Amino acid sequence: AGPAESKTEAAMSELVPEPRQKPVVPMKPTSINANLLGYIGIDTIIEQMRKKTMKTGFDFNIMVVGQSGLGKSTLVNTLFKSQVSRKSSGWNREEKIPKTVEIKAIGHVIEEGGVKMKLTVIDTPGFGDQINNENCWEPIEKYINEQYEKFLKEEVNIARKKRIPDTRVHCCLYFISPTGHSLRPLDLEFMKHLSKVVNIIPVIAKADTMTLEEKTEFKQRVRKELEVNGIEFYPQKEFDEDLEDKTENDKIRQESMPFAVVGSDKEYQVNGKRVLGRKTPWGIIEVENLTHCEFALLRDFVIRTHLQDLKEVTHNIHYETYRAKRLNDNGGLPPMTVETEENHESNL
Amino acid sequence: QFSDSAGYVGFANLPNQVHRKSVKKGFEFTLMVVGESGLGKSTLINSLFLTDLYPERYIPGAAEKIERTVQIEASTVEIEERGVKLRLTVVDTPGYGDAINSQDCFKTIIQYIDNQFERYLHDESGLNRRHIIDNRVHCCFYFISPFGHGLKPLDVEFMKALHGKVNIVPVIAKADTLTLKERERLKRRVLDEISEHGIRIYQLPDADSDEDEEFKEQTRVLKASCTPNLFIPFAVIGSNQLIEVKGKKIRGRLYPWGVVEVENPEHNDFLKLRTMLVTHMQDLQEVTQDLHYENFRSERLKRTGK
Repeated sequence: AGPAESKTEAAMSELVPEPRQKPVVPMKPTSINANLLGYIGIDTIIEQMRKKTMKTGFDFNIMVVGQSGLGKSTLVNTLFKSQVSRKSSGWNREEKIPKTVEIKAIGHVIEEGGVKMKLTVIDTPGFGDQINNENCWEPIEKYINEQYEKFLKEEVNIARKKRIPDTRVHCCLYFISPTGHSLRPLDLEFMKHLSKVVNIIPVIAKADTMTLEEKTEFKQRVRKELEVNGIEFYPQKEFDEDLEDKTENDKIRQESMPFAVVGSDKEYQVNGKRVLGRKTPWGIIEVENLTHCEFALLRDFVIRTHLQDLKEVTHNIHYETYRAKRLNDNGGLPPMTVETEENHESNL
Repeated sequence: QFSDSAGYVGFANLPNQVHRKSVKKGFEFTLMVVGESGLGKSTLINSLFLTDLYPERYIPGAAEKIERTVQIEASTVEIEERGVKLRLTVVDTPGYGDAINSQDCFKTIIQYIDNQFERYLHDESGLNRRHIIDNRVHCCFYFISPFGHGLKPLDVEFMKALHGKVNIVPVIAKADTLTLKERERLKRRVLDEISEHGIRIYQLPDADSDEDEEFKEQTRVLKASCTPNLFIPFAVIGSNQLIEVKGKKIRGRLYPWGVVEVENPEHNDFLKLRTMLVTHMQDLQEVTQDLHYENFRSERLKRTGK
């Protein structure tokens, strides 16, 4: 294996779209390459990029959508191993289902191995909870487009920032209720509309309600339904860059997804180890045990291998689509304004 | 039992005669089942009555559900146990709560219940009253999602609209998705919300002093649940699959982390629900007749001014 880098460390700046690279593990630069007459040091650029990313950190914005009670907050907290979403346990009596869909964005800075991530979790309470849920996806679509608009306005500024704060939604986790039957009409409608503007990753929530057979059957049925209805979830087929991408992503699309997950913020002792899990009278469900549920697959997919790709597809595809449409509608560039440091608002 | 002592007339034997006649006649019971699709209703019904009421079941996909409205499907099955015949009708309501807009999804259900009342009223007022068939809905199992935090707006609206027409028994199926703590919390929250909205669910009657000890004990255990032990709403698990546990074949669900046993009271309230239904079938019918039907009848007669 030659020198390689992880996707999370490839691009340093949002403004320079990098060609999408394969997800691999970072390695220390090798000392001498036998084919060169001498060692030049070109490969140290990887180390330089890595250092730069560590200094600047990066933004990641993840949205969660689904009916109330499907474990969205718990799952996000489990994914990022911190309380980044509004309380996951202990229901509050005062908490009522909102009458309309609300968009709540909460930002956190988390650090790991010297790398800083500005994580924003965007919650959508009220989605799908009313008796009449017609068009309840509209506030969500509106929010996503507003972030594209914000970015666009910054981009076309005369005096623009060196690093435009990125509030665009990089990933939307859509929570499917584990009925074991099929998708619900609302699921179809939401994903049909939103897969065109954002990366949607469907997950089957509270998967501990299904046996292995039920899970396999349900996943198959959901995949089929998504296909029949022309819904392209992330990773979208049309954006596979090369054969290697395609092979890897095909396997994920046709076998692993939608990930059937279980979330938990409680730890239990199992075989001498502390594990995240759920304790029932008939056994302990281990969240990170692949024979119990696919949480670890989802985590690795979103965070360890495809994090950078999610951002790139958002920037290169979804954002560009929005931008092109805006420019076409306007018959040219949107009006430019000179913005000073004071005017600019921060999202954190 | 009673000797031919002086002063004994013999009408104390009447309950036995009634009992014998009822056994010969058989019982009729109509149970309605309401809840979103995928909440485990059919599995539970099959488990409760140890039958397969839905042999050729077709589950529609989401795209088909978009077009569908609420249907009413009644299946009847004859169950016989120790000489006692039960003609059980299960009324299903597929499509309930599935549409994006569920605004009017229980109109069909209300109409069905009223129609049965109407038919009975008509038969009751008729000339030939020998063979009145009672198709009135005696009990409605309302399924609450175990995935939520309590009642949904639709649940509240439904129960408010129906609690004056039918005995409502709230049920939480697929209860194996909850830990014991989550179960308690959910039950408490549901009961709080029910009382907050003034919803009248079916209340277990107090056992009369001259009822037999077994019945009293059963009712007491079930009733204790209304406050401290919180059995209502019943949190149940259904299954028709047999799993081998400690050398015995029992009904359950096999997971990688363990086996959930349907008839294990430490795992769920299935046995309590079945006991409740079986020991209170008579009472459910009486309340339907004396309360819900009479309400309907007086409204109806007032309206037509008959």
